Amino acid sequence: MKYTAKPLPKVELPELRQVGKPLRRVDALGKTTGTTVYSGDFTMPNMLHAKVFRSREPSARIKRLDVSRARALPGVVCVLTAADLPDARLVTDMPGQTGQKRRAGSDAPVLASDVVRFAGEPIALIAAETLAVAEQALDLVEIEYEPLPGVFDPLAALQPGAPVVHEPDNVVARWKIRKGDVKAGFAVADVVVENTFRVPFIDHAYIEPESGVAWMDGQDVINIRVCTQVVEHFRSIARAVGVPHNKIHIQGTLLGGGFGGKEDITVEIFLALLAKHTRRPVRLEYTREESILAHSKRHPFIITHRTGVKRNGRITAAEIKMVSDSGAYLYLSPYVLLYATIAASGPYRVDHLKVDSVSAATNNPFTSAFRGFGAAQAAVAYEQQMDEIAKVLGLDPLEVRCVNYLKTGDRNATGQEIKSAVWLEEAATRALEALGEKTPAPSDAVKIGQGFASYLQSYGRITWFHDTSRAWVGLELDGSVVIRCGVPDLGAGQINSLCQIAAEVLGVGLDDVTIYSTDSALTPLAGTTTATRQLYMSGNAVFHAAGAVRESLLERASKHFEEPPDGLDLAEGRVFVKDDPEQSLPLSELAAMCAAGGLPLANLYLFKAPFTSTLDPEGLQGDVFPDFTFGAHAVEVAVDTETGEITLLKSVGCHDVGRAINPAAVVGQIQGGSAQGLGYALMEEVIVEEGIIRTPSLAEYLIPTAMDLPVTQAIILESGSGVGPFGAKGIGEPSLTPAAPAVANAVADALGVRIPDLPLTPDKVLAALDRAAGREAVGAAACETDDDGSEA
Amino acid sequence: MSRHTISVTVNGSAEYVDVPSNMTLLQMLREKLALTGTKNGCEAGECGACTVLLDGEPVNACMVLAVEVDGREVTTVEGLAHDGQLDVVQQAFVEEGGVQCGFCTPGMLISAHSLLDRNPHPTEEEIRQALVGNLCRCTGYTRIVRAVQKAARGRV
Repeated sequence: MKYTAKPLPKVELPELRQVGKPLRRVDALGKTTGTTVYSGDFTMPNMLHAKVFRSREPSARIKRLDVSRARALPGVVCVLTAADLPDARLVTDMPGQTGQKRRAGSDAPVLASDVVRFAGEPIALIAAETLAVAEQALDLVEIEYEPLPGVFDPLAALQPGAPVVHEPDNVVARWKIRKGDVKAGFAVADVVVENTFRVPFIDHAYIEPESGVAWMDGQDVINIRVCTQVVEHFRSIARAVGVPHNKIHIQGTLLGGGFGGKEDITVEIFLALLAKHTRRPVRLEYTREESILAHSKRHPFIITHRTGVKRNGRITAAEIKMVSDSGAYLYLSPYVLLYATIAASGPYRVDHLKVDSVSAATNNPFTSAFRGFGAAQAAVAYEQQMDEIAKVLGLDPLEVRCVNYLKTGDRNATGQEIKSAVWLEEAATRALEALGEKTPAPSDAVKIGQGFASYLQSYGRITWFHDTSRAWVGLELDGSVVIRCGVPDLGAGQINSLCQIAAEVLGVGLDDVTIYSTDSALTPLAGTTTATRQLYMSGNAVFHAAGAVRESLLERASKHFEEPPDGLDLAEGRVFVKDDPEQSLPLSELAAMCAAGGLPLANLYLFKAPFTSTLDPEGLQGDVFPDFTFGAHAVEVAVDTETGEITLLKSVGCHDVGRAINPAAVVGQIQGGSAQGLGYALMEEVIVEEGIIRTPSLAEYLIPTAMDLPVTQAIILESGSGVGPFGAKGIGEPSLTPAAPAVANAVADALGVRIPDLPLTPDKVLAALDRAAGREAVGAAACETDDDGSEA
Repeated sequence: MSRHTISVTVNGSAEYVDVPSNMTLLQMLREKLALTGTKNGCEAGECGACTVLLDGEPVNACMVLAVEVDGREVTTVEGLAHDGQLDVVQQAFVEEGGVQCGFCTPGMLISAHSLLDRNPHPTEEEIRQALVGNLCRCTGYTRIVRAVQKAARGRV
């Protein structure tokens, strides 16, 4: 089928000088010369080295823990167990700055005391003069476990009589959406389509493992230099360590990747405790194996869709059930589940909708944030379901989507009105057009398939969190610009975008702007780098702070030139009269005039997202998010039916980003985010057996290499309709979301059968082909015979 | 643990380093010589973040013992630029947006530099093969491949 791009609505975006240009990122030079200092690169005089002793059992009582031999080892300075830290508990949900009430029961012990609930749970901390001694001391910790019954499957965890991970039961969270009249909707359906889809545990696999160094200073402040997505964790750390909030100072570094895995507290709590107890600098760096063992995973989900449709594809009703595996501690599971629940029906108008979701505690590794945050898992299901509906009805997959796509002014699953542009068809048709005709198959054994996926994804946090960000922007006396903003930069270009925005507003070049970021004490708090919120939140804070400085400058210049302020402009480091640009001054002279007159040259701005109240849990109807991003991803695959191997041939992502602040960075997000989605579809899975990770290193946990991925073509659309600065929308998480379901749809197109469980590994491909050829019965019967010993 | 004093040329300067026999080249560079540009991503030869040139050949510094480099030449990311001028590969990575979080970048640059020394006009396939041992989690490799192609065009 040949697709033609749907014409775009006409949008006039103003031509800007800095914003919208693919400028060289402010952080690129340091990173290419090896001069950028990451958290693992710092050392301190007189520094100790730390290690964490962790549980090898997924569910057990600690019968005996004896650290006396470890303590006695020469060179060991400190060993801490739960007995030394009676009150050390960590709040694990809702990070960042919010005055909102936390959920009950979300705390986790910093160190396990009587029971362990997952393999890898921290039990003791060791600080020693050298890393070698610390490692040796690990082997001297004596522990005896009494194994307890564990539960390793979320469905089993919800059954009566299942071992209970946390009292009173294993239900971590439940959400439900009730919209319209589902019964009436199904009654008018011509066809009902039902399918169940599954997604696995995934590791973030950032190339930089967690690391940091901490020390106490002369004011008894515990300083922690660490790679984190959330400097506001200083509050939770203070509570767990037992010091006032103002005695913890997080000095965040540029991150070597985060993707949600450095959103929860990692090494920093251990560093703080050891620095406090030893009063010496302490360094802790996870090995890759410890990183995989210690940090959160993406939630596995089991998602069932039951959809009523008319013959033309119009959805009349949908009933969706979701179960996620929360692992051993809560962390962000309730909110990941909420995002999944709200995204469950996708970017489609479903007037009669019922969603029931539940997250279950198990003795598996704990799960939390991962780029896409539940909405990505939801998309894997709803986009495969749309293709299955098309197949049942004998319609083209695009046609089915087009009759259901949301439009501006429509209401989403929670009844929230979508106010920004919804260019779903525009994005899908562009991605498909760019994909072009199918590549001819090189042999009969190879099948070529094409597929695509659309999505909606929120950007900005849940509005009942009452999210805020602060930024300070100032002009120096020489005309250079300084930004202070607590934003952590994960590598996506967060700080660069802020610099480009300030440069635009203040009429200077990008090289004239310096940013200080990621410091919980010295830079205004900007909130978490999560939820695709920093461009929206801190971008607006910088935009308004710079705007206030600009206003002050133009007011003073207005007196000088005897022109009204709106007759003046700032560009290339000068203020000038718009109608007569010869009349101009360098910003340095204007800054001096302002300083001499006592006028402000700096501004601290507090930007607030819309504040709403929590919704009635009986139906979740109301506003939840500031806005949404829309787009599509399309791929072509070749499937070798003899080996089961899948090769990605083509990949196109097309997204409406509102306004691209730096188009090169946006392309980087689309290509890099989709790469993670492609890996999710084809190869990535943290294999967990009875609570034990069987993919403990990068030799077993495979992520895409340069040989696994094709060029991803990035198509940027700009509706200018977002709530970010200059009409920008967020793209960090949305770039990932449609890629995995697009692959699943392409593989189903190639094979004629669908594999409902990610990842689509060669063994699953071959099994699916066997099933399709009617060979399944034999294999299954043989298996059953083997399993229960009885005859088939 | 026995100790050895080795002589090694690192980025053009002669160094005499006292190392225990179980110390890796990666540890020596980062801890003994404070050359922290070379990154530690796995210490198992899987991620390529610690790729350096050993006598002109790319190796994972975590898989080489420091004593093995006695009398040899090592080039790290800090040794790519000369007289304040970026190497053509570094320049291309900056211009093409081949850098995001930057943690894989030093290893990528070394692998790319080495490829272009061996093969000044690589095909896209050859570039991808040369970078297969360098994992990147941010870019999807597209801009990195583009950067190497640009660097190949820029080298005389």
